[in-house]
Amino acid sequence: MEFILLVLAVILAVFFGWLLKQSFNTRPWVAETVSETAHEAPLGANAKTIALSVLMAVMTSFFALVMSAYAERMELGDWVPLSEPALLWVNTGILVVASFAFQWTRQAAIDDRVARLLPGMALTGLLSFAFLAGQLLAWRELMADGLTLSGNPANAFFYFLTAVHGLHLLGGLVVWAMATARLAAGHGTVRVRRSIELCAVYWHFLLVVWLVIFGYLLST
Amino acid sequence: MAYVAIADRDHEIEHHDPQTFITKYVWSQDHKVIAVQYGLTAIFVGVIALILSAMMRLQLGFPEDVHFVNPENYYQFITMHGMIMVIYLLTALFLGGFGNYLIPLMCGSRDMVFPYMNMLSYWVYLLSVLILLASFFVPGGSTGAGWTLYPPQAIMPGTPGVEWGIVLMLISLAVFIVAFTMGGLNYITTVLQARCRGMTLMRMPLSVWGIFTATVLGLLAFPALLVSAIMMLLDKTLMTSFFMPAVSSMGADPGYTGGSPILFQHLFWFFGHPEVYIVALPAFGIVSDLLSTHARKNIFGYRMMVWAIIAIGGLSFIVWAHHMYVSGMHPYFGFFFATTTLIIAVPTAIKVYNWVLTLWQGHIHLRTPMLFAIGFIFTFIHGGLTGLFLGNVTIDLPLSDTYFVVAHFHMVMGVSPILVVFGAIYHWFPKITGKMYNETLGKWHFWMTFLGTYAIYLPMHYLGFQGVPRRYFAMGNTDFLPASAQDLNAAITVSALFVAATQILFFVNVIWSLKSGKPAGSNPWKATSLEWQTPDTPPKHGNWGHDLPVCYRWAYDYSVPGYPDDFIPQNVPPDKAPAGREHGGDH
Repeated sequence: MEFILLVLAVILAVFFGWLLKQSFNTRPWVAETVSETAHEAPLGANAKTIALSVLMAVMTSFFALVMSAYAERMELGDWVPLSEPALLWVNTGILVVASFAFQWTRQAAIDDRVARLLPGMALTGLLSFAFLAGQLLAWRELMADGLTLSGNPANAFFYFLTAVHGLHLLGGLVVWAMATARLAAGHGTVRVRRSIELCAVYWHFLLVVWLVIFGYLLST
Repeated sequence: MAYVAIADRDHEIEHHDPQTFITKYVWSQDHKVIAVQYGLTAIFVGVIALILSAMMRLQLGFPEDVHFVNPENYYQFITMHGMIMVIYLLTALFLGGFGNYLIPLMCGSRDMVFPYMNMLSYWVYLLSVLILLASFFVPGGSTGAGWTLYPPQAIMPGTPGVEWGIVLMLISLAVFIVAFTMGGLNYITTVLQARCRGMTLMRMPLSVWGIFTATVLGLLAFPALLVSAIMMLLDKTLMTSFFMPAVSSMGADPGYTGGSPILFQHLFWFFGHPEVYIVALPAFGIVSDLLSTHARKNIFGYRMMVWAIIAIGGLSFIVWAHHMYVSGMHPYFGFFFATTTLIIAVPTAIKVYNWVLTLWQGHIHLRTPMLFAIGFIFTFIHGGLTGLFLGNVTIDLPLSDTYFVVAHFHMVMGVSPILVVFGAIYHWFPKITGKMYNETLGKWHFWMTFLGTYAIYLPMHYLGFQGVPRRYFAMGNTDFLPASAQDLNAAITVSALFVAATQILFFVNVIWSLKSGKPAGSNPWKATSLEWQTPDTPPKHGNWGHDLPVCYRWAYDYSVPGYPDDFIPQNVPPDKAPAGREHGGDH
């Protein structure tokens, strides 16, 4: 359970540290008018940004738990390691490029270069779907080698980790599709830009999650 | 800035102002309606779980005379009773019900930040409840794996409900977690983002602190249940071996290889222990507000109370293995988890002392909500003290499989939170409905429930010390148990049926008061927090009329010296407060 404890320690330290900072040295029993400047937004962020941060914390907890379970299981004597297909390197590369593409699009959204938005989104989507297709191909390779889901725990963990990571990406692609549809329909509004910015953060998050998973799978 | 963000949202509020009956009461995006929907659904399944427990008690008390419960049913009832009470009743009621109702009103916002997602959260929760209840009717019935669902027995032939019951249970849990996550995102974001001007974090009522921290715990802990539920579902349906070791079943090889049942226990309790505090922290918060309001005194040590909530929340993540002492572990781990478990007693004791000190020299009004709040202090101290016993490995091992544990956890996370639930319902009933409940019925309800639960659970501790094992369908002829143990068991059953029947008083009271209760007025308790200062009672859609409130003080300005009234609402500015001191309550 080292993974989840480490992750939780970080999340809780950040969160509780912030709470304590807010609550230390206050005198709650004193009645007074709080000046406008004294009451900046608690996190200097808007609601959707906070919600995404919270959601990413929940997902981090989820993935850390699966990794902890994996680590815990590995310690038992009868562990048969799985040799990951080389295709995963290609997929990883694709996901890295997708993340860069999204960052490029995000910067365009911030700089207000509307013409770049749609191509950027299209490229990102294409790369993301390519990544998912690559993962499915990797599965097929494994199955062709007789490494099935029910074969042994290492296989099961591999399929499970890749599947949930893929599903999270697929969930992101739903938001991506809505934003792209609105862009294509010509709504170059603030809101589309907002969701592009948040989507980009989410893509980076999933890339980091994948790198940690992949690195850990490789090292074991 | 937070309050500008709310102002920005004004037009959105108008935008989804409900027009028809359907949008107003069924597909509602109003946090108050969603809260009531959550509450009613949770209480409905809670009643089912109560009936299940009554049937189990009948079987245990009179095994010779009761014939409609067979051993398979008994395990199914245990499982469903536990799961429903912990997750579908208490978690849903405290966070979905009270969280939804109180957070926006107490923080001075118009609604949750994402009303649509809030609505979705309720309907997905309802779906999870329906899936759960459907498992009673599938072939083989609901699962009888125990509420902890330990593998391998949970998905092996021989356990009731292994065909469909366990599958539906796991799916229902996963769906519930989705619902909770949608709700939780809302609660967190609303507290962080949508508080009214002047409502600093340290001016929030403790109810909001408790619900907020419990939501943080829930969001980080429920994924553990989700992971274990999905993995077990895969073990059951796709024959993976996450938790299933190579076993032979009825002479045949079911085909599992090398899973780890202990792994499930780690994951389950990594969720399971914080879950205790997901239920307890909102109760802590609410009870603080009830005590302070009805004792007409500021809560003793407000900051300490907030930090204690946070400390308990953090500690609750590093004690999970104290549920697994009997599964066996390295002695150093046992020592570690025993130590962390006992350390939790420190912030918890701080809270208890502060509640008692809040009552000290208060102007105590023994109205129904106050009775329930004080009753909670008793039952919680009681359950907490037996927790100190069980936190120690050497004491836990002999007691773990006896009634002592049943008595402990029912006292600490069954009776105590439920007393707060009742107290809170009585307390906020006038605000939710605009009508006053019947005080006499309420007091009868309290005394019969409170004394009745003691009649159930005190003797259970004693049975536990005698070694009466839990989870048994019937004791039969057991040499080491005296015959009187069964007599005590019968007496417990009588008390349990009495307490169950007593709850009818509550429903009669609610229904009667809805129809013919006296109008409550906007602030019957003369309370300070913002939900009692709404322009309408019950509050209308958008809560605050045209202008959002501004907060100038904490929620505990009761009996401030030098003021004619014994309370100053949070939205009264310092210069407008009657009489002359600048700082309210700075003493």
